[in-house]
Amino acid sequence: MGGGLGDRALRSPHAFLRDKSGARVAELDKTHSEVGVPGDWTYASAPESRDIVHIRDRYGYYVGGEWLEPAETYETIAPRDEEPLAAIGQATPEDVGRAVVAAREAFADGWSSLPGSERAKYLFRIARILQERSREFAVLESLNGGKPIKESRDVDLPLAAAHFFYYAGWADKLEYAFPNRRPRPVGVAGQIIPWNFPLLMLAWKIAPALACGNTVVLKPAETTPLTALLFCDVLRQAELPAGVVNIVTGDGRTGVALVEHEDVDKIAFTGSTDVGKAIQRQVAGTGKKLTLELGGKAANIVFDDAALDQAVEGIVNGIYFNQGHVCCAGSRLFVQESIYEPLVAKLERRLATLRIGDPLDKNTDVGAINSAAQLEKIRELVASGVEEGAEIYQPPCILPEKGYWFVPTVFTNVAQSYRIAQEEIFGPVLSVLTFRTPEEAVEKANNTPYGLSAGVWTEKGSRILWMAQQLRAGVVWANTYNRFDPGSPFGGYKESGFGREGGRHGLEPYLEFDE
Amino acid sequence: MTRLPVKKTYKLYIGGGFSRSESGRTYEAEGQNVARASRKDARDAVRAARGAQTKWASATAYNRGQVLYRLAEMVEARVAEFAELCSGRDEVERSIDRIVWYAGWADKLPQVLGGSNPVAGPYFNFTVPEPTGVVAVLAPDEPPLLGLVTRVLPPLVGGNAVVAVASEARPLAAIELAEGLATSDVPGGVVNLLTGRHAELAPVLTSHMDVNAIDIGGANGDASELERLAADNVKRVVHGRADVQSPWEIAAFLELKTVWHPMGQ
Repeated sequence: MGGGLGDRALRSPHAFLRDKSGARVAELDKTHSEVGVPGDWTYASAPESRDIVHIRDRYGYYVGGEWLEPAETYETIAPRDEEPLAAIGQATPEDVGRAVVAAREAFADGWSSLPGSERAKYLFRIARILQERSREFAVLESLNGGKPIKESRDVDLPLAAAHFFYYAGWADKLEYAFPNRRPRPVGVAGQIIPWNFPLLMLAWKIAPALACGNTVVLKPAETTPLTALLFCDVLRQAELPAGVVNIVTGDGRTGVALVEHEDVDKIAFTGSTDVGKAIQRQVAGTGKKLTLELGGKAANIVFDDAALDQAVEGIVNGIYFNQGHVCCAGSRLFVQESIYEPLVAKLERRLATLRIGDPLDKNTDVGAINSAAQLEKIRELVASGVEEGAEIYQPPCILPEKGYWFVPTVFTNVAQSYRIAQEEIFGPVLSVLTFRTPEEAVEKANNTPYGLSAGVWTEKGSRILWMAQQLRAGVVWANTYNRFDPGSPFGGYKESGFGREGGRHGLEPYLEFDE
Repeated sequence: MTRLPVKKTYKLYIGGGFSRSESGRTYEAEGQNVARASRKDARDAVRAARGAQTKWASATAYNRGQVLYRLAEMVEARVAEFAELCSGRDEVERSIDRIVWYAGWADKLPQVLGGSNPVAGPYFNFTVPEPTGVVAVLAPDEPPLLGLVTRVLPPLVGGNAVVAVASEARPLAAIELAEGLATSDVPGGVVNLLTGRHAELAPVLTSHMDVNAIDIGGANGDASELERLAADNVKRVVHGRADVQSPWEIAAFLELKTVWHPMGQ
């Protein structure tokens, strides 16, 4: 049984160590003792206090600037220990309808005709308040989503604030963004976001929508609604007019109701390719504008002249950042054959130094898996990798008793046809493949229905530019990985979706043009 | 005694060659027997387009511009013939001018649609437009020549390969254009022209897993089923208008690629 294999991997990573890895671990210990690290040092954690966060027992929907009481609720938990955090509303189609009405009224009632310079000031306010309350948001993000506080503090929050700041500046400059076109807002935008970067994805959706004069109904992911709900307090502090942003919570049924609502003019979705296709079908024939930010199976390609230590850091950042819950994660590592062995040895050694554990511990590198369902999916795919014949490596580490955890995993001896090389795992699982020539690397890298991102590691400038041109992906990171910026357009080719978020290009999905 | 003229056999244009429908079928349009393309013809056309696309996209922008300009030259040389197959000389001249207008965009698109991005860190970051790949076009019924040119040139100038279904009622102008394409420098397979029933061909192209984008502006009747089919491989769906001219028409068939590289010593 697939799940059974995964269970063993989880509780006892040693069970999966390949034969030679025992020797490798011993070698590591030896190195440690040579540099004089006492073997009996115990780990001292550096937990971030959660006192800064106040979580209510129960949350309704934020509609028209007020809280609506939900009829039905579900529990949102902390994936690090399964602690219940709050009761969250399961919005019905009627609830969604109220939110859309509120958004439509706010749109017609002044927001869309407000001068861009005034809209800008609201967005600047939101950016500033997020900066001011960033610690609170970071702790809540890590608590509810399981990501390391180091990441929510240093990546999610600064980027979310920066996104609002960036698009604030566009609000009164839209006529300069698209030559010879007269832009106007689309209307009411229905936005559905995933659980991997809950607040950041909210920022990616709301900031450009508002800058362009639209109003919004946003549904956060089922498992991670808390930062979106806290964001409503930011809106209150910013004195954003009622109804401009409405937040409804719930599972996929709420999302379906939002997509189906006839008074929604535009749908923006970030999530899996399967759901994206379903939404594209649902929207067919309605005339709604649509942007999709879907899955990925990115190739991270390392040539033999690359700076290996830097590449190893990039590989680790590429696939273990945010537990691999990243649509653009570098989940397929392509290594040029001549450096395969030294690179894999360095990588496995680096893996053994990753600290896996409490997301609120400031030392933690890899946090908790977001949900039981996601953990089950990762286990199932990892089991398939073992079954299909790949060699698995997982560093020795002690995992907490409670909560959802998965040891960072490297598969070698992977064939392109294996499920672990084809399907998006959305977890801390890397598949290593090899190539000989740049042409072969390109062909293998492009051999996927996805096309979101790719990485290239080489010291040769001309090769970087050639590779960047050949790779069929919306974002190419050369000698770096997983960099994001509000000014940098992000989005996929092929089945990774269409439309861009970020930069001037990120405005277009939220505008209509009179031509 | 008056001479009996030699009549033309109206064929499909696939992979740079003229062929009858593999199905052996024709239908009568504008008083002529015109090839009625089958599902297999449509799939063959997609395959030809895929085979030709990479090379077309990797030609220099200057080269693509010249090749398309050459197409305008070919149409200009046949103004009289084209005029008989559409609304007249004016439509032909507008079509030629539109081809020239789009030809000039080939080497300007990245400057208008892309650029460098000021990111908060020591990185050089730039965005370039690239073709989405193979584009299927359902040409509008009217105007038969200008409508086809209006819909085919935007994906073409951006580096895509095109499979276009001609106006169902008035397909002869499209076949004439195919002859212009064949004698221009547009490589075989980069533009493929099918004649036949839209209702039969549209679902095949819309659900084809190796078509990246579809322009359903010329679809007859309800397009929602086509849009549903397009979701199978997350196709880009464009509702093209029959008479419009803008770089944004080109942009609809382009992807944007953003590249990051660290800056340092």
